Amino acid sequence: MPTIKTDALPIRSDEDVVRVRQKVRQWATELSFSLVEQTKVVTAASELARNTLVHGGGGEVTLETLAEGTKRKGLRLTFQDRGPGIPNIERAMTEGYTTGDGLGLGLSGARRLSSEFDIHSEVGVGTSVTITRWK
Amino acid sequence: MADRIPILRMGDCLLVSVQVEMHDQLALTLQNDLTEKIVAARAKGVLIDISVLEMVDSFIGRMLGNIASMSKVLDAETVVVGMQPAVAITLVELGMELPGIRTALDVESGMELIRELIDGQDPDADDQD
Ligand SMILES: Nc1ncnc2c1ncn2[C@@H]1O[C@H](COP(=O)(O)OP(=O)(O)OP(=O)(O)O)[C@@H](O)[C@H]1O
Ligand SMILES: [Mg+2]
Repeated sequence: MPTIKTDALPIRSDEDVVRVRQKVRQWATELSFSLVEQTKVVTAASELARNTLVHGGGGEVTLETLAEGTKRKGLRLTFQDRGPGIPNIERAMTEGYTTGDGLGLGLSGARRLSSEFDIHSEVGVGTSVTITRWK
Repeated sequence: MADRIPILRMGDCLLVSVQVEMHDQLALTLQNDLTEKIVAARAKGVLIDISVLEMVDSFIGRMLGNIASMSKVLDAETVVVGMQPAVAITLVELGMELPGIRTALDVESGMELIRELIDGQDPDADDQD
């Protein structure tokens, strides 16, 4: 599947989280996502960027525009950190589970808002979450 | 980026119009500022206009919920107005139903709702909630 365009942004502050939202919005618009699709992928990105910042101690996001054939287009986002990792991914994915003072909605919500969702984490090494939204 | 969202006073109501990208610290500052202002101004109503917000995630949703329950404790009514349809649809899919938050379509109907809620409170009635 060819990647048409790619870029990366750091996630080290609240302001960076806002910049991630803005860039994801811009790319989703360029892909002619509908307003609802844009909002869904931006919201998922906001949740994952905050997790990278708050739980992962900072990291980065890679954006990719994908094309499958001439018709199917998608936006893939990969959030990566070298934080503490997640000991039990299944539990972390459970709606309402949080080790902080959040609502425990970020991971489960981001999965629901995406077409594809992939998470890898190793304790002491870091976490990587990839979401794809197809148009 | 701005570090504070202005809070306007209109009679016994406070009016907040979110005008910028809400980063997390800004949301927390607004929550704290509103708590202080409700007490200082003895406000009875709080209207939060989010019509320009293109996204509400779990953090902003939680802040709106906190403001609503905090204002209740301080005997003020909070109404959130102007949520864009795409934002509302996304919030439900995210798993946030915003329980306990009153909403209205626009500022005008939001103000009407606040008035009704305030006037509906009979000061001599027994406290039932
Ligand atoms: N990048 C990460 N690194 C380490 N732990 C993580 C990471 N992302 C998520 N987690 C763990 O998974 C839990 C659930 O994450 P989720 O985003 O669902 O909820 P939350 O961040 O705690 O709250 P909310 O997102 O609702 O504000 C977190 O509390 C944290 O323990
Ligand atoms: Mg989270």
